[in-house]
Amino acid sequence: MEENKTFTISVYSENNVGLLNRISGIFLKRHINIESLNVSKSEIDNVSKFTIVVHTTEEWTRKIVGQIEKQIEVIKAYYHTDDETIFLENALFKIASNLLFDERQIQNIIKENHSDIVTVSPQFFVISKSGRREEIENMYEQLKPYGIMQFVRSGRISVSKSEMQISNLLKEFQL
Amino acid sequence: MEVKTLKKEESKTGTTIRISGAEAVIHCLLAEGIDTVYGYPGGAIMPIYDELYKFRDELHHVLTRHEQGATHAAQGYARVSGKVGVAMATSGPGATNLITGIADAQIDSTPMVCITGQVARHLLGSDAFQETDIVGISTPVTKWNYQITEASEIPEIMAKAFYIAKSGRPGPVLIDITKNAQFEEFDFEYQKCTAIRSYTAKPTVETSKIEEAAKLINNAKKPMIVWGQGIILGKAEAELKAFVEKAGIPAAWTILGASALPSTHPLNVGMVGMHGNYAPNLLTNECDVLIALGMRFDDRVTGDLSTYAKQAKVLHFEIDPAEINKNVHADVPVLGDVKESLQQLLPLVNENKHEAWHNEFKAKYQIEFDKVIKNDIHPEKEGLTMGEVIEQINIASNREAVIVSDVGQHQMIACRYAKFNTTKSNITSGGLGTMGFALPAAIGAKMGAPDREVVAVVGDGGYQMTIQELGTIFQSQVPVKIVVLNNEFLGMVRQWQQLFFDKRYASTEMTNPNFVAIAEGYHIQAKKVTKREDLEAAVHEMIASPDAYFLEVCVEKEDNVFPMIPTGASVSDIRLS
Repeated sequence: MEENKTFTISVYSENNVGLLNRISGIFLKRHINIESLNVSKSEIDNVSKFTIVVHTTEEWTRKIVGQIEKQIEVIKAYYHTDDETIFLENALFKIASNLLFDERQIQNIIKENHSDIVTVSPQFFVISKSGRREEIENMYEQLKPYGIMQFVRSGRISVSKSEMQISNLLKEFQL
Repeated sequence: MEVKTLKKEESKTGTTIRISGAEAVIHCLLAEGIDTVYGYPGGAIMPIYDELYKFRDELHHVLTRHEQGATHAAQGYARVSGKVGVAMATSGPGATNLITGIADAQIDSTPMVCITGQVARHLLGSDAFQETDIVGISTPVTKWNYQITEASEIPEIMAKAFYIAKSGRPGPVLIDITKNAQFEEFDFEYQKCTAIRSYTAKPTVETSKIEEAAKLINNAKKPMIVWGQGIILGKAEAELKAFVEKAGIPAAWTILGASALPSTHPLNVGMVGMHGNYAPNLLTNECDVLIALGMRFDDRVTGDLSTYAKQAKVLHFEIDPAEINKNVHADVPVLGDVKESLQQLLPLVNENKHEAWHNEFKAKYQIEFDKVIKNDIHPEKEGLTMGEVIEQINIASNREAVIVSDVGQHQMIACRYAKFNTTKSNITSGGLGTMGFALPAAIGAKMGAPDREVVAVVGDGGYQMTIQELGTIFQSQVPVKIVVLNNEFLGMVRQWQQLFFDKRYASTEMTNPNFVAIAEGYHIQAKKVTKREDLEAAVHEMIASPDAYFLEVCVEKEDNVFPMIPTGASVSDIRLS
């Protein structure tokens, strides 16, 4: 039995309303949980990029990528291991403003974690932290005893170390 | 109005015609060469039906008795003609009733475009009368789908729909059109779609893979071919025949590949799979090179994958990259259109006979003949068998009939014993196993191939799932022949209950109506046969009839289909009894 690993699937596609449904259905049908999903514009005009993280075997990942690529509006899909990508996540912590003055340790946590304060109001302030999952988890654990009013973490965003030959594919089409 | 041949360039010079979205849909269909559509009207698609009325001399609309029937008829039409089948329905229940046929077309790679009406754009998402999210519902079972909410989208989307449905590995496309888009007027111009940048219809054939494949084929001592529907969809029948004959390789077929090579061809060694022939199933696990042509290694073909053809080098000729290494590892994957691949392969393969190897197939056929086939086709017992009915159809139709089968025991028997001289002659629901498929599919098949004899072979269970389509046959005067093999059981389920559930016949016994009276109620000539001595004459009378004809044959109630590979067993464990 092949071992489960974390894979980042990158999907370049047309920007179409129904496509997310189509892609998520491929995972649903095979009972494979999406660990995180991020959709954004890509380096190419009018081309969207899905970044999907799964924890499963390479064989399943390969088959899923095959099924994703088969969708009409998908231009190209790739998968990479963590070693083959540069990746991070973003998190926001909303914390009561009085703590910033009453609990000096919080300022140290912000500094030590290389995070930023993005806004301060009389009631609350918001810390932004970018990094690997475990770095964010670590910061969460450090802040938790003081009381976190709200917490949110984004899906993974990543770029691959190797080239994804997507622009060439589109150029070929235009010729 | 001559809009059919309207070119984009012309329209820019001022010949653009301002028409409604509904009328535009008709022009798109005509521009795609569609002559027949199957459907059922309703509120949200009424503007399109109004145009169908105006264009009734150019575009034949067949009113089925249920939307599911429209999809199966469109499938039957597509499968015999190689053209795209078109089905139409209204929103809500009309649209959801299409789903079974769409799922069937998806898994069996049938080119079909379904057009559904939808509530007006301003009502979308409001739970309006007969509103349903058909795009969401149909997503997992369509090759592509799209909701049109303004008329100006119609030409481009319809062009894409037909291109996607028929190109590459074909499949069903659903286009949902809101009512406002059907009413709106716009400047119509049509251009066929020939490419989509995110979609590669046909992967380019890699010469190096062809060379690799040829080398393995030329060095093989026991090569075997298993071809599938890809040969028929890819119009590669002549290339298959040339390859089989030059290389002298025994060739077997999947259920959907049937008829691509004549049944009587000396190198045609029969069907693979659960109820396929003994020799090709057993010898799958003895061949040294397995050449898979346009097939997808369905579980009903392979049985237990961990013991399937492990000794063989597998060459997989396939148009869909997602099928490569999906179920069976391909030692040499040959991506591309199978016709092009075989054309390139042919000059590279050596002439061969493989006589000793071929004799192994013959010897195993003899075993199957003695233990199974003889008793199926030439029974000595009193009760009629399904096999002898199929054999009579073979004889009466000179092996030229299109056999449209439903799902179950009769289907397996029909596919095992029907003899085909001509390609596109075996129309059945393979992947989805849709009971109720045959009767409406036969209607479409007869319309898609009006010069051919079309015989629907149906069980008493599946027949009653779409029996209302007798109304379509009557109203449209479609001369299809219908044979119901009545064993008063849901036979295949009963067989499994007998073999694997200690004969607990849970809900498989059928108390059936008077089928002859029902057919006659629709003014279809009908006959019932219960004795062997009446069978031959009845089948001949049916085939000779210029009109639709219904024949019920009461067959042995508890016959079983053999050979059989039990679910999860190896092809080597095929049972003859």
